[in-house]
Amino acid sequence: MSRPAFSLGKDLVGLEDLSAEQIRSILDTAEPFKEVSERRIKKVPVLRGKTIVNLFMEPSTRTRISFEFAEKRLSADTVNIGATESSVVKGETLVDTARNLEAMRIDMVVIRHGSSGAAGFLADRIPSNVVNAGDGSHEHPTQALLDLLTIRDKLERIEGLKVCIVGDILHSRVARSNIFGLLKLGAEVGVCGPMTLLPLGIDALGVKVFRRVEEAIEWADVLNVLRLQLERMKGGFVPSLREYNRVYGVSTRRLEKAPRDLLVLHPGPMNRGVEIDSDVADGPQSVILKQVTNGVAVRMAVLYLLAGGVPEKAEAAKTGGGVE
Amino acid sequence: MSVRPMLLKGGRVVDPGQGIDGELDVLLVEGMVARVGLDLEAPEGTVVEECGGRMVTPGLVDVHVHLREPGGEHKESIATGTRAAAAGGFTAVCAMPNTDPVIDSPATVGFVAAMAREAGHCRVYPVGALSVGQKGERLTEIGELVQAGAVAITDDGSPVMDSGLMRKALEYAQAFDIPVADHPEDLSLSRDGVMNEGLVSARLGLPGKPNASEDVHVVRDLLVAELTGGRLHLQHVSTRLAVDAIRQAKDRGVRVTAEAAPHHLLLTDEEVSGYRTDAKMNPPLRTADDRAAVVQGLLDGTLDTLATDHAPHHYEEKEQAFADAPFGIVGLETALGLMLTHFVASGKMECSTLVERMSLQPARAFGLPGGTLSEGHPGDVTVIDPARRWTVDPRDFHSRGRNTPFTGWELRGRAVLTVVGGRVTHRLEESELG
Repeated sequence: MSRPAFSLGKDLVGLEDLSAEQIRSILDTAEPFKEVSERRIKKVPVLRGKTIVNLFMEPSTRTRISFEFAEKRLSADTVNIGATESSVVKGETLVDTARNLEAMRIDMVVIRHGSSGAAGFLADRIPSNVVNAGDGSHEHPTQALLDLLTIRDKLERIEGLKVCIVGDILHSRVARSNIFGLLKLGAEVGVCGPMTLLPLGIDALGVKVFRRVEEAIEWADVLNVLRLQLERMKGGFVPSLREYNRVYGVSTRRLEKAPRDLLVLHPGPMNRGVEIDSDVADGPQSVILKQVTNGVAVRMAVLYLLAGGVPEKAEAAKTGGGVE
Repeated sequence: MSVRPMLLKGGRVVDPGQGIDGELDVLLVEGMVARVGLDLEAPEGTVVEECGGRMVTPGLVDVHVHLREPGGEHKESIATGTRAAAAGGFTAVCAMPNTDPVIDSPATVGFVAAMAREAGHCRVYPVGALSVGQKGERLTEIGELVQAGAVAITDDGSPVMDSGLMRKALEYAQAFDIPVADHPEDLSLSRDGVMNEGLVSARLGLPGKPNASEDVHVVRDLLVAELTGGRLHLQHVSTRLAVDAIRQAKDRGVRVTAEAAPHHLLLTDEEVSGYRTDAKMNPPLRTADDRAAVVQGLLDGTLDTLATDHAPHHYEEKEQAFADAPFGIVGLETALGLMLTHFVASGKMECSTLVERMSLQPARAFGLPGGTLSEGHPGDVTVIDPARRWTVDPRDFHSRGRNTPFTGWELRGRAVLTVVGGRVTHRLEESELG
């Protein structure tokens, strides 16, 4: 029986649309790309001649730089467009921006946008590959993929693990992508946070809801601690940052009561002393910097696969020849 | 200019206002209904319309339409919106005041009426703003608006958030015996919501408007109407608890009328999946349970009026990420076909009940002439071919708006002739018989 050729499809809009096999293949493909960043000369000719536009309509440092490193290390030509410098300020619509990019004959767009659904919207309207680098409160698939890779690196599996996402689930694209990805790979998923920051009916997605962080810590193997956006206080979702830290902050004191060693992730940037205490962030259970390193490898894998690469040939692709 | 008499011959006349449902002729003389009866004789010079196999009903009335003029002519104009109304079988529409400028003065009321007369496609009854500039602060000069032609007041587009202002409106408007219409939504609960709050919004990562934002406001309005004895009209009801509350209030004798919109009768929030902006309206599409309750409300008369909330937008305004696109869909040209197909042809609803909801009750709720074919009423008639099959294609719309979630729906039943004051304002051409 011949296996059908692996394909990620044209775009990566979200993990909700992917199968478990596709997600596993991305993680497997990331493995051979990890060592590229450890080389003295960090460049392989995988995407030579490809043009990639990084369209960041919302401020981002970590994700944008991570994508840019992934692209440059794969030898792609890249252009960055930010919200403040772009024609968007002059009133250009997303459709027109997309059409203009297309007219310049590009190969891929990495898009970050403040509106849920914006990445899929763009993907439906242009023939280039589109990678979602975060759309509103919808998905941030490469973040979830790097979280999955980091968990798998450390614990050697995803299936059967109990992973709890702590914090502002309501507004978090990281949470949604993690929920979809983890469930597909067979993990049990919990969410924990103040009720004001949990979407109504979130349990219907197949997750366990914890109202107290102590209960989440008692249950989980892995904690993924989300950043508390400071705007949430103004919106009245939490009374104060101090109170949030007292009630939901992940601290050594709380972790010590856990029945097992927990792995602690954070997608960054951290508010130390709010959702996570410094001794946890810098402590032995934290894999936060490992996540950042893995982010580059995962994004290289995604770009390579969308450009038409296949997982088995990733190793060979690094030594020349590109994807086709 | 006089109008020739018209004889609508041999159709199935459905006129719940007179309890008529049978094969009869309708004679219009000087723009008014002269007689309804068997084998009527036509005076000299009468235009005869053969209506065999057709339904002949009092002209359809839509009490909730956004014509967008003045200020939003790129979305719709009074001329294009009323042309769409005529094509949909409507002979009268009530124009919402949330234009730019807001219809909150006798001059702007007069403008809408004058533009409509000039277009001549259907009767347009302006609805005046409830508060100056629709700011929710102080009442408009309601008496002056009524004198200029307004048939109701509302801040539609926005709810009346201030309960005290709602009380004053419901009291003050009684002097003119007009309804006070409200878009029920507690903004402090719906906040920045762009769709129904529930499973689908959780999955899509879109901020939601909970049912409670509508329920709370409906109950508040009902209580204030009960307190004041005023005439309350609740617009586009979409939730189960709101339907229940209205039913109970009607049982208590509260003077309330209420609308259901075709989209809330036929669609749920699942339509939003894929971030489909043509499924974005306010109130939003809700769950299957709410949909069933709205259907039940329409069937039992709790929701006495079918209204489209026709809300045209320019296509590029809808061609955006979901949260950035405006609320609203067009409805004038699809409402009748949708209702005939999914309620009448499917046996859920009697023909006469549909005519009640689309003509008699809306005319009564807003105190408009028409709604029945009894003698001496305006000669407003809709002739429907109940067997006519057609497919919804926005490119065929007379409306400037193309924003409908019903594209591609195959329907059965369509208006083939619309008559306003004895004059034909729409005739479905043979070339349109797709």
